Amino acid sequence: MQQSVSTNTGAKETGTSSGKKSVGIESSVIRFAGDSGDGMQIVGDQFTNTSAVSGYFFATLPDFPSEIRAPAGTVFGVSGFQVCVGGREIYTPGDQYDVLLAMNPAALKVNLANVKDKGIILVNEDAFIPKNIQKAGYTDNPLNAPELESFHLIRVPMSKMAQQALKGSSLSPREVERCKNFFALGLIYWLYNHNPDYTKKWIEKKFKSRPAIMEANLTVFGAGLEYAASNESFTHSFAIKRGARELKAGVYRNVSGNQAAALGLIAAAQKAGINLYLGSYPITPATDIMQELSKHRDYATVFQAEDEIAAIGAALGASFAGCLAATTTSGPGFSLKAEFMNLALMVELPMVIIDVQRAGPSTGLPTKTEQSDMLQALWGRHGESPLPVVASSSPKDCFDTVFEAARLAVKYMTPVIVLSEGYLGNGAEVWRVPEMEELPAIPVNFRTDPDNFLPYERNPETLARPWAIPGTKGLEHRLGGLEKEDKTGIVSQSPKNHEKMVGLRAAKVARIAQDIPPMEIFGSPDADILVLGWGGTEGAIKSAVRNLNSEGVKVASAHLRFINPFPADLESLLKKYKKVLLPENNTGQLWYRLRAEYLIDTERLNKVQGQPFRIDEIEAKIRSML
Amino acid sequence: MDTQSLENKATEVPKYTRKDFLATEPRWCVGCGTYATFNAMTRVFLNSGIAREKFAVISGIGCSSRLPYYSNTYGFHTIHGRAPTVAAGVKGANPDLNVWVVTGDGDGLSIGGNHFLHMMRRNPNIKVVLFNNQIYGLTKGQTSPTSPLGTKTKSAPYGSLDRPMHPLTVALGAGATFAARVPDTDNEMLFEVLRAAQEHQGVAIVEVLINCVIFNDGVFTPLTDKNSRSETTIKLEAGKPLIFGTDNDKGIVMKSDRPEVIKIDALGPQNPDIIVHDPGNPNAGYAFMLAEMGSENLPVPFGILRQVEDHVYQYPPRQPSEDKLKRVLQGASAWVREADGSVQSLER
Repeated sequence: MQQSVSTNTGAKETGTSSGKKSVGIESSVIRFAGDSGDGMQIVGDQFTNTSAVSGYFFATLPDFPSEIRAPAGTVFGVSGFQVCVGGREIYTPGDQYDVLLAMNPAALKVNLANVKDKGIILVNEDAFIPKNIQKAGYTDNPLNAPELESFHLIRVPMSKMAQQALKGSSLSPREVERCKNFFALGLIYWLYNHNPDYTKKWIEKKFKSRPAIMEANLTVFGAGLEYAASNESFTHSFAIKRGARELKAGVYRNVSGNQAAALGLIAAAQKAGINLYLGSYPITPATDIMQELSKHRDYATVFQAEDEIAAIGAALGASFAGCLAATTTSGPGFSLKAEFMNLALMVELPMVIIDVQRAGPSTGLPTKTEQSDMLQALWGRHGESPLPVVASSSPKDCFDTVFEAARLAVKYMTPVIVLSEGYLGNGAEVWRVPEMEELPAIPVNFRTDPDNFLPYERNPETLARPWAIPGTKGLEHRLGGLEKEDKTGIVSQSPKNHEKMVGLRAAKVARIAQDIPPMEIFGSPDADILVLGWGGTEGAIKSAVRNLNSEGVKVASAHLRFINPFPADLESLLKKYKKVLLPENNTGQLWYRLRAEYLIDTERLNKVQGQPFRIDEIEAKIRSML
Repeated sequence: MDTQSLENKATEVPKYTRKDFLATEPRWCVGCGTYATFNAMTRVFLNSGIAREKFAVISGIGCSSRLPYYSNTYGFHTIHGRAPTVAAGVKGANPDLNVWVVTGDGDGLSIGGNHFLHMMRRNPNIKVVLFNNQIYGLTKGQTSPTSPLGTKTKSAPYGSLDRPMHPLTVALGAGATFAARVPDTDNEMLFEVLRAAQEHQGVAIVEVLINCVIFNDGVFTPLTDKNSRSETTIKLEAGKPLIFGTDNDKGIVMKSDRPEVIKIDALGPQNPDIIVHDPGNPNAGYAFMLAEMGSENLPVPFGILRQVEDHVYQYPPRQPSEDKLKRVLQGASAWVREADGSVQSLER
């Protein structure tokens, strides 16, 4: 059980380091927290990458405020980075923290509730001055409060120690102060017996052009390591145990969901042998996909459009002209794109539309996660407008779902919506980089033969129309949003024809079910309760089911990748179980759809707090159903 | 010069007739100026020496936006106001194509105003024909963003309350490198200007004044009627002085900071004060001034107001390789996991 092993449960002494005890653990959750400008994302990344090259597994979750630099010291400005590191495969970034690094009182205030009992709280004591204490909303210094007695509090004067280490340096006091995050990182590295080499090299490279800053960061980082080794508050370190189960040999990397989505598009276009074109507009939390693709101009044409509508319009134009076209966005942009999605559906051109969902409605909570665009993806357009919808379940799964969406889009000549989530897009985990030959083929056959060409003639198996791109001799034809006659594509107002076309467009999407593999069951084979999830809840659901199974509770789970169409075996699967539980980060959208489709009564578990589910929340709900 | 021009010249193309470029007989109202514009466009296409399949005509929604259905090229009748976005994608995906946008005053300047601006500033090699009839035709007669103040329409029966915009000043303000205005009554000028647009490297905006015979009939008559047009309009010709009038007896000069009409005196048309038309003037202010003319006693200019070379929006050629692709997928800090579980950094 990965998430619950901490300093106090089941840990065994396994060795010594710096003359101190080293305690063996299976996994650990660390939360780095400070002001937006405190560099917590950087130290989090460093810790994660060192974990990676040390052969550990992890899942990460950055958690930043929607303000870029909110007033320093306030709870609005607290930026967090959470990582769960372990010797075996990790499903989620974890619920509660074994170690909290709090750079100021506000960071402590925001995160205290999620620290495990007897967990380590490591604070920058120097930041706990009356002004900051007040800004965080405390009346007295919280470090002296009785509520901290149940934790292992380590007070370190990080700012002073950084100053001391840099005595005589040419840096300004402000620059010295900014180095303290590397002091904190040094402390954490000692705590986890992490090898400092990777980070040293990174600092050398990153600050190459500013040698004074580079030297200072290296010095302060080393000082942090030494401080922890010699200071008596640090009573013991942790040694992460290697798991027995080894993963496949190959190249691995740390990948965020947004990076994985971008790479999925690149891989799909390469497999299809056509150019990738992205039309996009900056929006939290989807922008990283555009930024990742912009780096790879040999593999992607990126058009940063003037608005969300232009972004999908350009993508549709590129699709018409024969590219693998995509657009990426989040809720507000997804709403703006609705009319163009309908045009793409009407003219039956392939496109991948990625919605990295955030908490809505309206501007909502831009940096927080939610799964509340599902019904909009299904039904949020005028007219009869069925589109295939697939949902990513983990950061690395964003690669697979986006790739699959592209494959289906091209095969069935239809736009396909991919629902990702802020939690997945920003979260990261270990991913085995696939070899191109391992990926499924994406055959593209542009129509070239002018004989008997009809723009809406359909493939009898898929109902897809031919892809005839401008520049091809003899295939000149006109597309448009007006209803058209089947086969010829000629504009038609005929009542019967409209009904036929509505039916054809729906039948085409329904046929995608023939490409969907059977549902897979995780957990007890003879369970009475099935937990059905979709999207980013997978990690928490699997962990809960695994934990309960190990206690002898008979429960199983299944996860939906295809929201439309549903897998052919979904109905019969659901009907096998006495009870079905649906955890969703919305108020019951899948629940509603399942009821409408199958008349199945299911139990709901809903959470709309801008935060993903905790494992214990799902466990508790399952227990209540026993 | 982008790849379009190179490609255009390299291809052997058949001798086309008008019929080859006609998908079906157009269905606009009889007497509508769209017919003349469509014919001129078709003449440009078939005389361009470019293969028919290399044209893509993209439109939005409105009367004029039906045009792609009638042109036997590749065509896309998109959604209201958004043709420039689709055109950007088509051109970005395949720079060899000759991409034309067909739009109107409502489509291009009202609902699609944002896209219009950004198409002008990016300067892609796309040609834009803006059919300006100062009215919403397809929805049967509402005020458009170019309807003059006080115009009585179905949506403003007591007269419109909003000031109109001038398509060309908007385009020039956004950085248009080619801007022209033509009436729907002058077939030769339509053809010449559209041909110049086709040959221009960069975005070209051609405003065509269209007489809507049903909902706004006669609104441009003072500019097009034989009896008045020589006094109300001026034909722009590069390198020639700005002279107009029934007897070619009026010239345009700059008085302080504004244009003014003078009677041509003893000095005749050689009067050095009379402005000589230079569409290549690097200062867009000159073209802007021309675009604004039409009030007071200043004539409305027809022809090419501005034609300059500037950076054209295009993508660098791709240079993919297997090794590069591997690096892209693996990112900056991957590691190799061997079968025995040992791990090694692939730091680059």
